[in-house]
Amino acid sequence: MQCKYETIISNELLVPQTYRMVLTCHTCAEMVPGQFINIKLKEFSLRRPISICSIDGDRITIIYKVVGQGTKALSEMKAGECIDVFAPLGHGYPIESQRDRVLLIGGGVGIPPLYELAKQYRKLGKHVDVVCGFPNAEACFYEAEFTELGAHVYIATMDGSKGCKGTVLDAVRHYQLTTTFICACGPLPMLKALEAVYNDGYFSLESRMACGMGACMACVAKDQKQADMYHRICKEGPVFPIGKVVLA
Amino acid sequence: MKQVDLHIDLPGLKLKNPIIPASGCFGFGREYAQLYDLSILGGIAIKSATIAPRFGNECPRVAETPSGMLNAIGLQNPGVDKIIEKELPWLAQFDTEIIANVAGSNEEDYVKVIEKLNNQPTVKAFELNISCPNVKHGGIGLGTDKELAAHVTKLCKQAAKKPVWVKLTPNVTNIVEIAKAVEEAGADGLVMINTMLGMRFDLKSGKPLLANITGGLSGPAIKPVALRMVYQCAQAVNIPIIGVGGITDAEDVLEFLYAGASAVEVGMANFTDPYCCVKIIEALPKVLSQYGYQSIKEAIGRSFKNE
Repeated sequence: MQCKYETIISNELLVPQTYRMVLTCHTCAEMVPGQFINIKLKEFSLRRPISICSIDGDRITIIYKVVGQGTKALSEMKAGECIDVFAPLGHGYPIESQRDRVLLIGGGVGIPPLYELAKQYRKLGKHVDVVCGFPNAEACFYEAEFTELGAHVYIATMDGSKGCKGTVLDAVRHYQLTTTFICACGPLPMLKALEAVYNDGYFSLESRMACGMGACMACVAKDQKQADMYHRICKEGPVFPIGKVVLA
Repeated sequence: MKQVDLHIDLPGLKLKNPIIPASGCFGFGREYAQLYDLSILGGIAIKSATIAPRFGNECPRVAETPSGMLNAIGLQNPGVDKIIEKELPWLAQFDTEIIANVAGSNEEDYVKVIEKLNNQPTVKAFELNISCPNVKHGGIGLGTDKELAAHVTKLCKQAAKKPVWVKLTPNVTNIVEIAKAVEEAGADGLVMINTMLGMRFDLKSGKPLLANITGGLSGPAIKPVALRMVYQCAQAVNIPIIGVGGITDAEDVLEFLYAGASAVEVGMANFTDPYCCVKIIEALPKVLSQYGYQSIKEAIGRSFKNE
């Protein structure tokens, strides 16, 4: 965990409103899939937490959606510029090498952290199914990249313009994916729907954060079993076992 | 460059430099200790302690603002017993002055927390949080009324075996009369200012961004207000002041010294740059020397002192 100036290698539009940035990173050796980096942007008080999509030697890839002024400023940064990065933060997805199959389920910009995870499970020779949910065909990304890893990719779009029409769970049913160990990341309604079906695996949560390292208590989730127990999304998370924290 | 003396002695606190991370922005130091040696710091104002554990408010608890942020954490802490058991023994390893921030929902709670912490050698002074805007009975009720502020100060002073600093809220019409009232009640020093009450709204839903509806504004946005209040109070009381509000660099520290503060607490800047306290401590001798000071003491209250 260090705060360093890194160099942007590339920063380009991937699909509408969604960008892919490749940057150098001093702390690649420490990183695990599901962790995040916290980016300082000029003129903004708080850092922007963004999940790590791919770890490649001394570089990482992040994929982020422009949702406000901070991510807009990030999207306007150019290759060659320096960027203040605090990384890696949080606890990622444990790699469970005893598993033969893993089902990865992502919604929108919840998909990127699953890419590095798919890569690591594929390196272990595991069967990896990936279900990616998008609003429409235009918003789809990384189908080819996951396929290149040797993962089986299934697409769900809400308008049915690509793959299965409906949610990721509709796609799971449609394509009869029976793996019960899942790792998921995506919007809260998606995670809640998955929680009703699956109890074995991990969820990655998103939250508004301040310090990003566990000091300020801005991003807490309640424990499902112990009423007075809490977990910091930035520190104990963002990845939690299914059933650990209250999804709210 | 001549050696610049950063050291300052205050009630309960022998500070090797005037830089103290502010309560609530630094937890109990464990996270920052992964980044640097906490013994570099003048002191640490640890996260508020309440008599019982508190979960705090619902999320979202933070929102960004121009040059600042809003927070409504709600004094989440494990309770004073856990702090004594887990956090203070760990903090004892560092050569820095620990200030225990004390909060409660009524006056008796403050006294109970103080009584528990009295015999903890790691705690060098108390900081009464009578100014948290984010909990219904988080002290702001006490901090906005001079009689109530004086009364809780008096009770805490009677109970305390260590110096008592009182952290004031800026959400009042006349902060000077509250500063005077707590001084008269026996406060050993003032810490000012806590956050300013504010709001933001979600553009899509039209609802407040924070689950708590309102939150406390901190960061550079409130620095001019904090400077003004320190300046006014420093001339009205004879007890030392620790300045807080939007400090991000050594120049900001010098401004607070000019306004009459004897030391400072650094809050939100720790989130923007987790190394900011270290950077300020490194830069401070250079900045003081650049403006002709050999010690921080020479700069304290310079704005209103006759020379």
